Amino acid sequence: MENFDLSLVDWSRAQFALTALYHWLFVPLTLGITFILAIMESIYVRTGDPEWKKITKFWMTLFGINFAIGVATGIILEFEFGTNWSNYSWFVGDIFGAPLAIEGIMAFFMESTFIAIMFFGWNKVSKKTHLMATWLTAIGSNLSALWILVANGWMQNPIGMIFNPETTRMEMADFWGVFFNPNAVNKFLHTIYSSYIVAAVFVVGISAWFLLKKRDVIFAKKSILVAAIFGLVFSLLTIMTGDESAREVAKSQPMKFASMEGLYYGTTNAPLVAAGILENDPVKENPEKKDFAVELAVPGVLSYMAFLDTKAFVPGIHDLVHGNKEHGIISYFDKIERGKVARQALTDFKNARKDGDKAKVAALTAKFKDKDFLDNYFAYFGYSYFDNPHDIIPSVPISFYSFHIMVALGGHFMILFIVVLFFLYKDKLAQMRWLQWVMLWTMPLAYLATESGWVIAEVGRQPWVVQDLLPTMAAVSNIDSTSVMITFALFFVVFTALLIAEIKIMLKQIQFGPNTGGH
Amino acid sequence: MFENLDIVSLQHYWFAINSLLGALLVFLLFVQGGQTLIKTIGKTEMEQTMIVNALGRKWEFTFTTLVTFGGAFFASFPLFYSTSFGGAYWVWMIILFAFILQAVSYEYRSKPDNFLGKKTYDTFLFINGLIATVFLGTAVATFFTGSGFHINDLNQSFWDSPFRGLELALTLTSYTTYVNLSLGLAVFFLSRVLANLYFMNSIDDSNIRVNARKSLVKNAVPFLVFFLFFLVNILLRDGFAVDANGVVSMQAFKYWNNLLEMPVVLVILLLGVVMVLAGIGRSGFVDKCAERGIWLAGIGTVFTVFALFLLAGFNGTAYYPSNTDLQSSITIYNSSSSHYTLVAMSYVSLMIPIVLAYIWYAWAKMNKVKISKEEMESEGHVY
Repeated sequence: MENFDLSLVDWSRAQFALTALYHWLFVPLTLGITFILAIMESIYVRTGDPEWKKITKFWMTLFGINFAIGVATGIILEFEFGTNWSNYSWFVGDIFGAPLAIEGIMAFFMESTFIAIMFFGWNKVSKKTHLMATWLTAIGSNLSALWILVANGWMQNPIGMIFNPETTRMEMADFWGVFFNPNAVNKFLHTIYSSYIVAAVFVVGISAWFLLKKRDVIFAKKSILVAAIFGLVFSLLTIMTGDESAREVAKSQPMKFASMEGLYYGTTNAPLVAAGILENDPVKENPEKKDFAVELAVPGVLSYMAFLDTKAFVPGIHDLVHGNKEHGIISYFDKIERGKVARQALTDFKNARKDGDKAKVAALTAKFKDKDFLDNYFAYFGYSYFDNPHDIIPSVPISFYSFHIMVALGGHFMILFIVVLFFLYKDKLAQMRWLQWVMLWTMPLAYLATESGWVIAEVGRQPWVVQDLLPTMAAVSNIDSTSVMITFALFFVVFTALLIAEIKIMLKQIQFGPNTGGH
Repeated sequence: MFENLDIVSLQHYWFAINSLLGALLVFLLFVQGGQTLIKTIGKTEMEQTMIVNALGRKWEFTFTTLVTFGGAFFASFPLFYSTSFGGAYWVWMIILFAFILQAVSYEYRSKPDNFLGKKTYDTFLFINGLIATVFLGTAVATFFTGSGFHINDLNQSFWDSPFRGLELALTLTSYTTYVNLSLGLAVFFLSRVLANLYFMNSIDDSNIRVNARKSLVKNAVPFLVFFLFFLVNILLRDGFAVDANGVVSMQAFKYWNNLLEMPVVLVILLLGVVMVLAGIGRSGFVDKCAERGIWLAGIGTVFTVFALFLLAGFNGTAYYPSNTDLQSSITIYNSSSSHYTLVAMSYVSLMIPIVLAYIWYAWAKMNKVKISKEEMESEGHVY
C-alpha cells in the first residue's frame, strides 16, 4: 500500500461520520413532518375546524426547533467535501458539484423562502396561500434530499462519466444517466420513505406521552390518526424500495452485499440470515474463517433477494477476494494487477506530457477512450492503491449488525402502526397504557434505525469513497491530522451542546402542550 | 442553446453567475451587520426583540446564498473549491462555525429552558456578525492579492503555510495583510450600514429609527475609508495576468487596466458606488427618504461587488492567484468543469429568475406590514 497518513484518513473519516450522523438526527424528521404538517393543515383548511389549526401549530413549533439545528449541522457537510476531502472534490467535482449546486438553487431557496411564510404568515397571507407555503416547504426539503442522494448514489455506483487523463478527473458524459442511476433513484425513495416513518413515530410517540398523562386526549388521538396512517403507508413503500435497493447493491457492490449478510462463502440457494450473532472479528489475513455463533437462516431467500431466483449464486467474501472461475468472478488479486496497469498508463501519460512527446500523448489519450482498456483495466483503477486484497473488505460486523438492526426495526414500526390504528379504530387506545409506553419508547428506535441505514450504506462501501475508482485514503485533503483532530473535537462539543439545548427546548414545549400557542 | 457556446464563453458565464451570487451574499450580509448592532440600536428589551425579529425573517436567505455560492463554485470551478477549502482550512472552518452558531440562535434564544441562556445565543449572533463579514471580506481580498499554495500535475493542491489561510490576515509585517484586512473591515462596516437602512425600512418604531440613523452615519465613515484604501491599493498594485497559453505573470496596474479595457465593468462599479453613497445620503439626511435607502444601497452593493469579482477573473486575470508558485494560480480556464457539465448547469441556471421571483413575492408579502410592538406581543412565532 502506498504511503498515506492513516491518522489523517481516520480523523477525517471520524469527522465526516460525526457531522453526518449528527446532521441525520434532524433531517428525517424535517423530511417527514413537513408533509404531516401539510396534511394536518389541509384538513384544517377543508374543515375549518380550529382544533386542526392548533394541532398543526403545535407540531410546527417542534418542527421549527428541529429545523434550526438541522440547518446548523448541515452547512458543514456542504463545505466539508472541500475542506477535508479536497482530492476527492477535484476528482469527482465535475459530477458531484452539479447536484450540490442544483440543490442550493432549486431546493434550499424554496425551503427557506416558504418556511418564513409558514411560520410568520398566519395573519399576513390568506389561508390557501399559507397552505401552499406549507406544502412547498415540504416539497423543497424533500427536493434537497433528492440532489444530495443523486450525488451519493453516484458514489455507490459511478456511471455516466468518462475519465479525462489530461485533467485527472471524472467528467460527466450523461446527466440523465447520473440522475436516473438506479442506485440513486432507489436510494432517494428508500431514504425519504424511511424518513417519513421516523416523523410518524415521532408524532405517535409524543402523542402517546399525552395519552399517558391523560391530557389533551383529543389532540393526541387526531395526531396519531394522521401520523399512523402516514407511517403505515410509507412502511410498506420502505420495504418495497429497500428490497429494490438490496438488489442494486447485490449487482453493483457485491462485497457490501456479502458483508451485510455475513456471507463468507458464496453459494447457490443462499440462505438469508434473519438474525445472528457473529463470532469474533475475523483476522484480516484470513477473513474466510469467520462464521456465526448463533444464526437463524432461511434457505434460498438471499438468492431470491439478490437476483429474484432462489437458485442463483450469491458470491461470498472469499469468492470476491480469490475469484470464482465457475461463476465468472475476477479475484481482487487480479483487479489489483489490472488497476496498476491503468495507473501506470496515467503516469506514462503525465510523463509524456512533461517530455512533450506528442505521439505518445496521442496514443495514450486514445487508450483512455478504448473500450477494452476502460472495461478491463480502468474499471479497477482504485484497486491500484492496494497491495493486499484483504484491505478491500469493509468491517463485516458493523455492516452485518447495522443492516439487521435497520431491517428488524423497520418491521417493528410497521407492526406498531397497524396495532395502534387497530386500537384507535376500536377506540381503546386511550386505555392501553402498555401500548402507549411502547409507542413512546419506539421513538429512539426510529433514530437508531435511520442512522443504521446510513452506517450500512457508507461503512459497507469502504474502503471506497467512489466504488472501485477512488479509495477513501486517497481522497483526503493534504492537511495535518492535528488540525482535523481539533475541528473534530470542536464539532463534537458544539453539536453536543446544541443537541442538549434542542432536546431541552423541545421537552419544555411538549410540556406546554398544544393549548398555549407556543413560546 | 448552451451547447453551441464554446467552453470559454461558458467559463465566463459561470464566473459571472458566481460573481452575482457573491454580490448578493455581500448585500445579504446586512443580517450579520445587524447582529452586531442589536444592543447599540435597541436600548430596551422590546426594541431588541423587534430588531432580532426583523433580522430573523431574513437570516436564512443569507445562509442559503452562502451555501449556494459554495455549491455553484464547486460545480463550475471545482479546482477553486478543492484548493481554497482544502487549503485555507482554518479560515473556512472558522467561518462555518460562526454560521453554525447563528443557525440555532434565532430559534432558541427566547425559548424557555434553552440550556445556554439568551445572552449566549445573542453573543453567538454577534460572533457570527463579526466573523462572517470580516473573514469573508478578507478572503475575497485574496482574489486580488494572492495566497500561498501549489498544485501538482494531478491537480492535487497543497497549502504552503501551516496557518492554513490565517496567515493572510495575521502576517502583520506584510503590507498585503493590511490590504486584505481593509476589505474585511469594509465589508463589516458596510453590513452595518445596510443593517441600519434595513431597520429604518422594516421596523415601525421611532426610537429604533433615530438610533439607526445615528449609527448609519457612524458606520458609513469607516466603511468609506477602508473601501477606498482597498480599491486604491488594488488599482495601483501589480496584478496576476494570464496569457493565451495559460502562463501567469505579474503585470503592473493589471486591475486598473482591466477597468479601462472593460468599460462595462467600470460603469457597473461606478454606478454601484454612487448608489451606495446615494442610499446612505438620502436615508441619513432626508427624512422622507429614510425608508428607501436600503434598496438603493442594497442594489448598489450588488453592482459594486459584482464588478469587483469580474475585475478579479475576467480579461485574462487569475482570480485565485498563488504567490508562492505563480503557475499554480487558478484562472477561469484551468479550474472549470467540463464543457458538458457547464452546459448542463447552464440550463439549471435558467431557474434562477424563477427563484428570484418567488423570493421577491415572499419578501413583499411578509414586509407589507412592518415589525411592531403589537406584533411582538401577539401570539405568533416570535424569536
